[in-house]
Amino acid sequence: MISRAERLANYVILSVFAVFALGPVVVILAAALGPADSGGTAGLANFAAAWEAGRFGTYLRTSLAVSAFVVVVSVVLSIMSGYAFGTMRFRGQAVLFYLFMLGIMMPSEAIAVPLYFDLRSLGLIDTFWSVSLPQVALSVAFGTFWMRAYFRASNRAIVEAARIDGASSWRILWQVLLPPARPAVVTLTVLVFMWTWNEFLIPLIMVTSESLRTAPLGLAFFQGQYTSGFTLLAAGSVIVATPVVLFYLFLQRHFVRGLLQGAVRE
Amino acid sequence: MSSRVSEGGRTSTSRPPGEPRRVAYLYLLPAFVVYAAFLLYPIGRAVQFSLYDWDGLSVGRWAGLDNYAAILADEGLRAAFGHALVLIGFYAVGPLVIGLALAAILNHAKVRGLGFFRTVVFLPQVIAMVVVAIAWRRVYAPDGTLNSLLGALGLDSLTRGWLGDYAFALPAVGVVGTWFETGLVTVLLLAGMSRIPADLYEAARLDGAGAVREFFAVTLPSVRGEIAVALTLTVIAALRTFDLVYVTTRGGPGTSTSVPSYEVYHRAFGLSQVGSAAAVGVTLTVVIFAISFGINRFADRRVS
Repeated sequence: MISRAERLANYVILSVFAVFALGPVVVILAAALGPADSGGTAGLANFAAAWEAGRFGTYLRTSLAVSAFVVVVSVVLSIMSGYAFGTMRFRGQAVLFYLFMLGIMMPSEAIAVPLYFDLRSLGLIDTFWSVSLPQVALSVAFGTFWMRAYFRASNRAIVEAARIDGASSWRILWQVLLPPARPAVVTLTVLVFMWTWNEFLIPLIMVTSESLRTAPLGLAFFQGQYTSGFTLLAAGSVIVATPVVLFYLFLQRHFVRGLLQGAVRE
Repeated sequence: MSSRVSEGGRTSTSRPPGEPRRVAYLYLLPAFVVYAAFLLYPIGRAVQFSLYDWDGLSVGRWAGLDNYAAILADEGLRAAFGHALVLIGFYAVGPLVIGLALAAILNHAKVRGLGFFRTVVFLPQVIAMVVVAIAWRRVYAPDGTLNSLLGALGLDSLTRGWLGDYAFALPAVGVVGTWFETGLVTVLLLAGMSRIPADLYEAARLDGAGAVREFFAVTLPSVRGEIAVALTLTVIAALRTFDLVYVTTRGGPGTSTSVPSYEVYHRAFGLSQVGSAAAVGVTLTVVIFAISFGINRFADRRVS
């Protein structure tokens, strides 16, 4: 059916796009492994030097703590709210669901500015909570939507059977519905982890002390201060991007599925 | 008990799942408390702030709708929204056109290495925007990759500091958007096209349709839903552009790359015009809702 020439043309087009997509990634990787800015050490030693100069150890620790908190709390809360929306009927259901949907499209800059001034008057600015709780709120909006869709499609007969056996709604959720929901929960987990790890605006606004800077924020500051070359900056960039890229390479299916099924949040 | 079961069995097919349960509120409560405190309440406060002239420290002065009127009157703010429109071209329209072509080709010819291609073009989606911005700053730098490439091709006359150029800075930022959205759009359209039944193509071919007519008569109408999703995702991403502008240009040179999201930040924390910042934020939110609602209405109507 397909001629040789057409097949060749297809491969050329594919390759051009693969090169375009990988180009900037290669630029960063090559620079990170290139000669040091001072002309001395090179290769993998650049990462150690960047780690030292950019204080990435502290930033990664903060990012890890914030991401872990946001992922665990928002996934648990989303499972519970998605369970309510997906398997129960109650007064005000539609209105409440639309309220949650607002958050999926909400640009974080619209809420971060008023939050800054309100948290400042409460003395909560520049704390772990001011960085993580707004992100829990944003993630819970998508998580509720995601888990509701899963629970709506889940097997009603099993739930009814468990209920006849006298299982409470709490036990039905955690012991009957959740075990087969693992793929949906994993997808939600990797998406929330990626969004939280990569988030820039909320830490930028909420944090002033260096110990609370997340990895992307620390990198942006490093970029502003470190001007004597590109190698260490590139190495720092690789350090910041690597955790999510590793997750992506191992759990690609979940990233693609999650991002394609209406995940509007960034 | 048994009557309730049979009733439940019947209702689950004809009505939405679930039975009336008050306990639902308990399951919603924890999520709703965080959501209300850190999202709903701040939106309300944003609307309130937007009606005042406030520097963030002293007592605010009631300004009514002045801050909103300024969005129409103030040249800088009008320009920021105009720049967002240009970015929509780069983030949404460009990737859609390229994505349709790529996906149609890939779907038509079952090429090998499709899995690898998908992994590669999707990769930009997962890289932190700060890292993306730093990589592209390098590409666009006066001594950067793009100018080296142009020099190697003998096009030295075209080299410049792309991000420092009044005419080229905004398109340069836009191309970054095209770069990271094209993969998402292609993979999305590809998924849609793979679901088109083969007999539709057979029928078109029997009618004597060529590849181009086949694309417009069969492929394009079948992926209308995917196009709507792709446009919603990319238009919203374009309107929310912040990290990229913050790291690459800070709105410059001059105000040639200022965008609404950056104006919200800049006005609140750089210029101490919190009321104006809030008004821009609220307007941006309304525009995002209106556009995604409009795109989905359009897609639904065309389907029915």
